[in-house]
Amino acid sequence: MAEFLMPSLGADMDEGTLLEWLVKPGDEVHKGDIVAVVDTAKAAVEVECFESGVFGSVLVEPGTTVPVGTPLAMITPAGAAAAPVVPAVVPEAPAVAAEAALPPVAGPPAPAPAPPRVLAPPPVRHLARQLGVDISQLRGTGRGGTVTHADVEAAAAAQRRPRVSPFARRLAGELGVDLSIVRGTGPGGAIRADDVRRAVPEAKAPPPEAAPEAAGRPAAPIAAEHSAERQAAMRRAIGNLMARSKREIPHYYLSTTIDLEPMTQWLRARNRELPVAARIVPAAMLLKAAALAAREVPQLNGFWLDDHFVHAEHVHLGVAISLRDAGMVAPAIHDADTLTVADLMVRLRDLVTRARTGRLRGSEMTDPTITVTNLGDRGVESVFGVIYPPQVALAGFGKVTSAPCAVGGLLGVRSQVTVTLAADHRASDGYTGARYLEAIARLLQKPEEL
Amino acid sequence: MTPQQAREQIGFAVKRAAPGSDIDVIDPDADLREALDLDSLDFLQFVEILSETSGRRIEEDDYPELATLNSSIHFLSAR
Repeated sequence: MAEFLMPSLGADMDEGTLLEWLVKPGDEVHKGDIVAVVDTAKAAVEVECFESGVFGSVLVEPGTTVPVGTPLAMITPAGAAAAPVVPAVVPEAPAVAAEAALPPVAGPPAPAPAPPRVLAPPPVRHLARQLGVDISQLRGTGRGGTVTHADVEAAAAAQRRPRVSPFARRLAGELGVDLSIVRGTGPGGAIRADDVRRAVPEAKAPPPEAAPEAAGRPAAPIAAEHSAERQAAMRRAIGNLMARSKREIPHYYLSTTIDLEPMTQWLRARNRELPVAARIVPAAMLLKAAALAAREVPQLNGFWLDDHFVHAEHVHLGVAISLRDAGMVAPAIHDADTLTVADLMVRLRDLVTRARTGRLRGSEMTDPTITVTNLGDRGVESVFGVIYPPQVALAGFGKVTSAPCAVGGLLGVRSQVTVTLAADHRASDGYTGARYLEAIARLLQKPEEL
Repeated sequence: MTPQQAREQIGFAVKRAAPGSDIDVIDPDADLREALDLDSLDFLQFVEILSETSGRRIEEDDYPELATLNSSIHFLSAR
């Protein structure tokens, strides 16, 4: 019997709120399956389980906030004897989000030990059977407590009203989705977050000349009060982590300007050949170069743990993603050094979309081995970042500009970018850091090989 | 395409690329990406949708024409 614990989804996380269970007791689960959605100060995160087996009892109900390491559920490892069912415990902490849940009308009514005699004329009983309403659970409003047609119909309507997980409800508010049109795929037709996402106005394209209002519903504004609360929590989380970084990590900084003309030319020619949807943005090339360079200079790829550097085998590239006004996250693109640029581009688009709609995975939050921040879109020339502990390095790209530059003894106008490195002096020296930036510069001269 | 149709298509593409964005509240001569806070991925999606709805592929070389709302309307309706 294994415990499924509230995971630590980053060095800045002390507690989390269980938003939604994606499996139910008795379901078979496999290592790596997404089983729950957990809310941290920064984002709603899909959490994978680390065991294969049968999902046992739920120990923490949705809407409950618990410290990292708290058992959330039991998993019976594959092959083990069936586990005794432990009753669910709802911690004393007030479940904030749970209040938002609809009354659980769709659940099967608890069997009453001795069903009271219910007065109902045969036609009403017939209707109840047809509509699947348990007449013994109804309180009649007719004369002498007799159950009427209207009572049965009201009960049937209530049953049709789906249950909605607190997370799905929040998401619906943020995405402007009308819950009454969402088809639930959860247990008993309950609406889950995924169902809400699927219901986001698809609006592939309006008929060419159509008014946009007809095809795309305007996104609803995020509930202001909720948003302010989340923003405050996000700022606290970022603040705590960055303060810890600056307190503990002796940063050193390097900077260099790289000729991007070969990459820009290559990309332009290539994007002309590709469908618009497959176009590659410069950021994807820069990320690939940063990932390959991390493999070349392993002293910067890993973690500072217990007073020594632990080198990471893989390059899981953290990518700083702005959530617009709602702060930022830096989830990982796994094995970024092994992906083609086209694949990396797909992963990047997917990651940014999921980061902004609350669908990141736990492993993406915890796995980055080195992080890249790219503020080029915001027009800044260079960015000197703050390292994410326990990582030991952070690379930063500024805006890709056209600038006068001496090439082969002549003055020309070339594409350029300034790349910087912030690194942990406990783990490496400036000389090593310089090799990292050199590697990025060299790799970007041969864009076709990236 | 009339300027009004162009404007509607742009408005639609903007809403899809960056939910919550609205071209009705921005200065039509301001830098579009700045005014709507579009990063390069958002902008690519914007171009993708606009290529689809307008029925003509927008090249990267055309991007300068999409600098502002007004220039974008002009670009699409001049076709």
